[in-house]
Amino acid sequence: MRNPFILSMMLPMSTPQVIIIGGGGTGAALAYDFALRGLRVTLLERGELTSGTTGRHHGQLHCGARYAVQDREIGRECMVESEILRRIAFPSIEFNYGLFVALCAEDERYCDSFIPACEACGIPTRLLTAKQALAMEPRLNPKLRLSIQVPDGSMDAWRLALQFFASARALGADIRNFNEVIGLNLAGSAEGGTRSRVTGVKVRDYRLGVEYELEADLVINASGAWSKKIVGLAGIDIAVSPSPGTMVAVKGRLNNMVISRLHPAGDGDIIVPQRNLSIIGSTQRLAEDPDNIEPPGDDVENLLDSAVEMVPAFRDASFHAAWSAARPLIGEAASAAGLRSLSRDFSLIDHRDSDGVDRFLSIIGGKATTLRGMAQITADWVCQQLGIQAECRTAEQPLLPARSYYRTRTGAA
Amino acid sequence: MSTTMITFRIFRYRVGDPGSERFEDTTLPVEKATTVLDVLDALNRKDRTLMFRHSCHHGSCGTCACRINGRERLACLTRVLDLDAQVVTVEPLSKLRKVGGLVVDPGGFFREYPSDWQTLRLSEANPEAKPPQELAGYVRLENCIECGACVSACPVQDFLGPAVLAGLNRERLHRERLHRERFDRRSADTGDREKPLLELASGERGVWKCRRALECSRVCPTAVYPAQHIQELRNKLRE
Repeated sequence: MRNPFILSMMLPMSTPQVIIIGGGGTGAALAYDFALRGLRVTLLERGELTSGTTGRHHGQLHCGARYAVQDREIGRECMVESEILRRIAFPSIEFNYGLFVALCAEDERYCDSFIPACEACGIPTRLLTAKQALAMEPRLNPKLRLSIQVPDGSMDAWRLALQFFASARALGADIRNFNEVIGLNLAGSAEGGTRSRVTGVKVRDYRLGVEYELEADLVINASGAWSKKIVGLAGIDIAVSPSPGTMVAVKGRLNNMVISRLHPAGDGDIIVPQRNLSIIGSTQRLAEDPDNIEPPGDDVENLLDSAVEMVPAFRDASFHAAWSAARPLIGEAASAAGLRSLSRDFSLIDHRDSDGVDRFLSIIGGKATTLRGMAQITADWVCQQLGIQAECRTAEQPLLPARSYYRTRTGAA
Repeated sequence: MSTTMITFRIFRYRVGDPGSERFEDTTLPVEKATTVLDVLDALNRKDRTLMFRHSCHHGSCGTCACRINGRERLACLTRVLDLDAQVVTVEPLSKLRKVGGLVVDPGGFFREYPSDWQTLRLSEANPEAKPPQELAGYVRLENCIECGACVSACPVQDFLGPAVLAGLNRERLHRERLHRERFDRRSADTGDREKPLLELASGERGVWKCRRALECSRVCPTAVYPAQHIQELRNKLRE
């Protein structure tokens, strides 16, 4: 089958070819990391880039404070990665800090575990009186008792990912949107027996209406909530369920800082300002099909109610949009109950170990804030498997601006 | 919940095959909150060859702009019943290279932006607020989401276009403001910072080609009012 794309740049033919399935934030950061280490990378996405979960996230750059009490490890990772993103992806980030607000005695008592937990994660906090907090954010509920300042921020989900895609593409990565993986090619493993090995992918190109095959030394599934379908192409089953969360945006930028409720993480306790919008989120439930996740009506009402508690002006703001994002939830969960206690962190699965299929990995979960770090861990593992000596360099220099994605054309839309 | 049956007439096209251009009609039930993007999503679940762009679903990324019943709109923010029409026609944006279905290559105008322009601005929200001591001021991404609606709606050809010219004026104002707040107002003139911007604005494909059709300001989904920025630049150049 005719290959409609120009293959990447001047790399020697012996350079390993990696295929990434999924054009979300995870795929974006991976493509950049691999390209920077000198590998040949092709990324395949069935629709527009970030049209799955990434583009629809809340838009919070997490310093980790939200997770610190529950999970020190995630708190620390978020702090480290949010600092790196502020340095390498600043054009996509509105960095204005965040406030955790205590509205009742119980919230106030939460300080006792919250502040030490943040400290343990390396997250700087500043305890503020109600008066000080109101001076920073005049629309906060005037009944607030105290507030804690943390280095949270807002980000543009599409442009942050696009910065990674732009930088990857400039290094020769071949980014193909509207190209869906419809099959995985398998061969007998070099080790023999019942084991098999992924040797490439079958692709449907929706732009040209053609199907073609691509060979690869290694294939990585980065399709998130769609993982069940992708690994199913290799006859593998995986315990990943789509777990949609709803967000509601109102018109007007009511606050500049990220406003969170000072209590254990729950539904609808974070207001993220984004451009000229204010967004309250999120909720969490389970779904069957990641392609069908319309937000339920009562989610919208509940979210608006909890936003009003923190910022009463939400009541009078005009409705702008409500939508859901299908996070991938790892682990078979029978009901939505107890989902918060399941790890929200990412899983790197080598299907050689779990399913006897070589040269095939899945990277699932994680957060937009930690996408770079997830890519680093994955690429380190891959390089080790392929016997490549190359250090991760993605934290070193600023990414190209998002607009640059459209300045470097390598054939894709 | 009550539903209404609406006919969607969707543009279909495959690159390199002009003969493939056609409209395909489908009639679907919609509810009050159903957006055009919800409909495209639903159609796509049945027919994966339907190509369209989307990402954030709340009017922030700017990818889903299409011509809906002849006018540029964001599919994610357009509620079907608000169109007050039995038939809803969805076509790709004009002027940009067609890639397939409803997809265009936005590179047509992205490539016009010089790479040194910023998109972060000082925030105007709550001007009386006192930012944390670590910050000089609150910042935010500007209103323009680079959706291309104004580019498509503008009747002028061979033109830098409303998105880029509005961006140019905002960049000029931003540089002026930074200068004003960082330095003594009387110290230096603003010529060096403004010169390259004004040269671009007054060039062959610049502000003088605008015919003031004002379509850009009419279709802009985020109230950037590009026509006003173009007028400001003209006034500035006349000084």
